[in-house]
Amino acid sequence: MDLITPDFGLVFWSLITFAILLIVLRKFAWKPILGAVEDREEGIRSALSSAENARKEMENLKADNERILQEARNEREAMLKDAREMKNKMISDAKDEAQAQASKMIEQAQVAIESEKKAAMAELKNHVASLSVDIAEKVVRQELSNKDKQLKLVEDMLGEATLN
Amino acid sequence: MTFNTFKRVVFTVLFLSVFSLGFAKDSKDGDADKAFNAKEMIMHHVKDAYGMHIIDINGQPISIPLPVILFTDNGLTTFMSSEFHHDYNGEVIVEKNGQRFVNVHEKIYQLNEGETAVMYDAEHHPTNAERPLDFSITRNVFMMWVSVVVLLLIFLTAARRYRKSGDYVPKGIASFVEPLVIFVRDEIGKPMIGEHKYKRFMPYLLTVFFFIWINNIFGLIPILNGANLSGNIAFTFALAFCTFLITTFSGNKNYWKHIFWMPGVPVPMKIFLMPIEIVGMFVKPISLMIRLFANITAGHIIILALMSLIFIFETVAVAPVSVAFSLFIGIIEIVVTAIQAYIFTVLSALYFGMATEEAH
Repeated sequence: MDLITPDFGLVFWSLITFAILLIVLRKFAWKPILGAVEDREEGIRSALSSAENARKEMENLKADNERILQEARNEREAMLKDAREMKNKMISDAKDEAQAQASKMIEQAQVAIESEKKAAMAELKNHVASLSVDIAEKVVRQELSNKDKQLKLVEDMLGEATLN
Repeated sequence: MTFNTFKRVVFTVLFLSVFSLGFAKDSKDGDADKAFNAKEMIMHHVKDAYGMHIIDINGQPISIPLPVILFTDNGLTTFMSSEFHHDYNGEVIVEKNGQRFVNVHEKIYQLNEGETAVMYDAEHHPTNAERPLDFSITRNVFMMWVSVVVLLLIFLTAARRYRKSGDYVPKGIASFVEPLVIFVRDEIGKPMIGEHKYKRFMPYLLTVFFFIWINNIFGLIPILNGANLSGNIAFTFALAFCTFLITTFSGNKNYWKHIFWMPGVPVPMKIFLMPIEIVGMFVKPISLMIRLFANITAGHIIILALMSLIFIFETVAVAPVSVAFSLFIGIIEIVVTAIQAYIFTVLSALYFGMATEEAH
């Protein structure tokens, strides 16, 4: 029975001691320790979140870089394509022009040839005409030297004229 | 690391063996002249005492005298416990201010006016003496103050570490203390009380946890010889009373509603539950008080009883068995020191949590 009867003196001292211990420890131990632990946890949390943010930003930057690179690549591609097209176009233009020039020159040559030919033909005709007249004169002269023959020719001619 | 653990185990074992032997030696020398009374020896160890008994050398007890503080009808009376000359059978009478005091089984009685010797009734209770109001610094009070000094040394040093190093990196004793503090916060405070309200109760929970734990440990240290503070019902009563006060004064509307007018049950049930809940208010701290007291005292009694076997059988042959068993119990007791501190703190936190819980 003695064992389970609380002794008043010990209860008193326990309460007093515990109260003082609680007050002292609360002010000088628990507050700084818990405060420091919480601060540290807060620090860790914020460090983690800022690291996360940095990571995200990095990712964004990387994506941006990738995008810019891609754009540059596309632009280069486009430029190359343009240049190629222009080159092809220039070549074909030049070809066409050359063709046109050539055909024009040929045409002119042909025209020139034609006119030359005509002139030559006309000259040849005149020449042949005068030559024929000359020949005919000579032949007629020779033919008309004989009386018979003159008559005969007239007759032939008359014959021919009647026939017509 | 492994080596350190090993070293620690070896030291613990050595420590415990010395501790057990210390008890054995003490009890043998103390009662060498008369028949060995195991119950008396055990009770003497488990209960409080006026002097701090350290050891017996050649049958001569060595103890630290502690002040006796009494309030009698004539006012305050103080003297040192050494004036009883280690007597606790009511034989030595100390005279102060015309009052006579005797120590009967570590309880001081004031002899009635004119009496010169204690008379006992059949149950060995003094018949001609009264107990004065006793505020003596007993060995339990003394050990309590030692434990307070140790606690302050540990935690104030640790706290200073934090203040000094601005980077909050725990070093030295702080790195030992911090996991324990965080344990109390994260495993006791937060889950039992709730994330938003636990902060208010943390100082109490931490203090109670470490105060009980260190006194449990002190109870196991042999040279302190059964400074069984946390196995003393007065101490556990004081702590349970604190828990009761805090629970009662932090109780919100919802808590009192649950006690006096239980929501969600029919009216006859409300009336039926009210007395049960009111009794429950008091039973909870009483269970705290008895649990801690009984667990710690039981551990001490078992160890002492096992040691007593040697003297009951009066043979050394039993000694190895006794030592082995009390060693085994002693190791369990080391675990129990922490477990009981933990349980007391968890249940206190649980009651605070109930008191501050919002209606749901």
